[in-house]
Amino acid sequence: MREDFGGWVKSGKPWIWLNAAAVSASLIMVVGLLGLIAVNGLGHFWPSALWDMQYRMPDGKVQRLIGEIADRERTTLERLREAGMSVKAYGDVVDIERLLLKTGNRDVSGLDFRWINAPDILSRDTPGNLVALERTEWGNFYGFIRDIREGGELIAEDEAAWHELKPRLERVQEIRKRIRTLERDEIGAINYRLEQLRLDRRRLELDGEDTPEALAAIERKRKELEAAFTALQKNLEARYREIRRDAITMEAMGGERVSIPLANIVRAWRPNAMGLFDKTGFYLAKLWGFVSEDPREANTEGGIFPAIFGTVMMVLLMSLLVTPFGVVAAVYLREYATQGPLTRLIRIAVNNLAGVPSIVYGVFGLGFFVYFLGGNIDQLFFPEALPAPTFGTPGLMWASLTLALLTVPVVIVATEEGLSRIPRSIREGSLALGATKAETLWRTVLPMASPAMMTGVILAVARAAGEVAPLMLVGVVKLAPALPLDGNAPFIHLDRKFMHLGFHIYDVGFQSPNVEAARPLVYATALLLVLVIVALNLTAISIRNRLRERYRTLDH
Amino acid sequence: MLDLNHDMATTMENEQTPGAGDEDICLEVRGLNLYYDDTQALENISLPIPRKQVTAFIGPSGCGKSTLLRCFNRMNDLVDSARIEGSILLDGEDIYAPGVQVAQLRQRVGMVFQKPNPFPKSIYENVAYGLRLQGVKSRRVLDEVVEKALRGAALWDEVKDRLHENALGMSGGQQQRLVIARAIAVEPEVLLLDEPASALDPISTLKIEELIDELKERYTIVIVTHNMQQAARVSDQTAFMYMGKLIERGPTDTIFTNPREKMTEDYITGRYG
Repeated sequence: MREDFGGWVKSGKPWIWLNAAAVSASLIMVVGLLGLIAVNGLGHFWPSALWDMQYRMPDGKVQRLIGEIADRERTTLERLREAGMSVKAYGDVVDIERLLLKTGNRDVSGLDFRWINAPDILSRDTPGNLVALERTEWGNFYGFIRDIREGGELIAEDEAAWHELKPRLERVQEIRKRIRTLERDEIGAINYRLEQLRLDRRRLELDGEDTPEALAAIERKRKELEAAFTALQKNLEARYREIRRDAITMEAMGGERVSIPLANIVRAWRPNAMGLFDKTGFYLAKLWGFVSEDPREANTEGGIFPAIFGTVMMVLLMSLLVTPFGVVAAVYLREYATQGPLTRLIRIAVNNLAGVPSIVYGVFGLGFFVYFLGGNIDQLFFPEALPAPTFGTPGLMWASLTLALLTVPVVIVATEEGLSRIPRSIREGSLALGATKAETLWRTVLPMASPAMMTGVILAVARAAGEVAPLMLVGVVKLAPALPLDGNAPFIHLDRKFMHLGFHIYDVGFQSPNVEAARPLVYATALLLVLVIVALNLTAISIRNRLRERYRTLDH
Repeated sequence: MLDLNHDMATTMENEQTPGAGDEDICLEVRGLNLYYDDTQALENISLPIPRKQVTAFIGPSGCGKSTLLRCFNRMNDLVDSARIEGSILLDGEDIYAPGVQVAQLRQRVGMVFQKPNPFPKSIYENVAYGLRLQGVKSRRVLDEVVEKALRGAALWDEVKDRLHENALGMSGGQQQRLVIARAIAVEPEVLLLDEPASALDPISTLKIEELIDELKERYTIVIVTHNMQQAARVSDQTAFMYMGKLIERGPTDTIFTNPREKMTEDYITGRYG
């Protein structure tokens, strides 16, 4: 029999098609989102070609431009005319191609990106001896190397200077590492201990126990530390002299000669002379630098390691806080509380808490945790540091607590669900062996409900790791001077402010002084945030699966 | 027609008492009433349960035999709406007296349920559960008791090589014997079996019945069963219940061959139920 339209509708096939279409659309959106972020973010680290162009300026003069092509677009002549450009030279066309050229050399020319019109490029070439430098300040430098000097003395010129550069850069990198350890770890530790001594002394004064002996002891320790500090300081100065020994002279695109100390150079490469193998190696090194280094230049250069670290640590701490809290609440609600209108009301309230906008939690965290709790903790336990706050200021602890509060409904709901699914026969079996209710809970019911608890934690992690708004009020900063975990006792510093990937995206994307340079980093950071959340979730999911395997419930 | 008034039941009880008097009584139910909110589930039940014998409760579904069984280890405490009048004496002491520790009572009166309900732990940990609750930590003691209990439940030979595997990997019949082993590991005086073989296949059922026969050497056993043949095979004493009332009780032979009540005879011969 032939199938008519009515029969086709009746058979449910349109419905199946609709379902399939919805699934495909969702998949395409997710893949597209990840693809867009990945391509835009990861492409940034590839060493792209350096162009050496002759370009006709709008006033007719010809200028040399050197740089990488960062972006390209087609623009209608109409728009160019409206922007006040002369478009006669382009003839009878609707639109022309425009290129975004990253010319670097911010210190020489003032701006490091410029839009140019493709038809005005008279000639272009990719000379192999063009050098790109990544610097610790002022962004990239593009140009030709002219000579290399040691303490002002000429060592080598032109091509020989390039070959001389590599070993000298490695030396500088060694010294830089040493300086970093000196400054951050060794001098940092002494500063930390000096501060502790100052607080000890203040505490003694406040307690009225500032006997001459005690003060003398502190003074003695302080003297020792200061002596060590002076020694380190001397060492550091010597290193700084060493690192400033070499410099290179570069010729920029305008013909200007610029002397750049090697101390300011992070990397040097000749993209046009690199093969695919070299480029891949360079790419991986840059990528690794991105995830493992500290940010530089108002977060537009360098890496995002502190933000990754801060995000992960905050989420882990949040999980540690929210799990016991949510589980205990759920156990009371489900196992001990008399089921009635009141528990129903509490359940509704808990479910609605999950829907409160997160910024509201941020405000609450600031008002209650930071100012009230933190302020009181400072009064009680850290009076010696006042008026400088210890816990009475946004920090890791309060951020984690605020997010724990934000996610506790999820854990409560999931745990309750899990508890209600434990078969009655299992509880009775335990009780019949002479276990009390609490023993039954601890030994049998809670372990069996643990996969459900983990489900709650997974949902909590997914929600908390992506949250930014409340964090801005309770502990996240643009640039944290130190990680919340370091070598100074007590090692974990819950009072410290920290960096967070989500906030980093916002900061780099919208608060950056150099928007064009920051844009690829926004994508790369977003990709990393997604990866971090996926990694955290996968960890939680694998723990849950392990628990599930262990506490398989009766399936008959 | 099937309605029976209290006076008749009491009279009957009084007639029987002299016969049971010289037996060693382990559990004694005295004038027990149980209500779920306003519904009365057990009406004025009185009966003695002799020591180291198997007493079977039979009767149609919903007659209250499981409810009565669950009174012996106060499992009905878990039901919020349940209310109890009367008393049950275990070795002469009322288990419903104020101040009785329910957990301790349940250590003396073990229970096995209709569906096997092992914990999702290893076989070993299942059997050791009760002992761990009592605070036994010594590995040697635990090993000994676990072996003894598993032997007692005729399971040792089947599982001795996989003691540390998950108990949920066993067959239904093995699980039920494991649960019995778990119950006898804490050395109770009384073992309550609530239709222990109703979820099992005939071979497993046979094994459980053989096991009950062995266990009565050491424990007082009360068994609820739907299966008349099973009651006839395993029990020494039988009590027939109907609509929350105890209709008749006596030695199993007498009940099955020469019941005093017409109702009992009708039920046993399968005329209703």
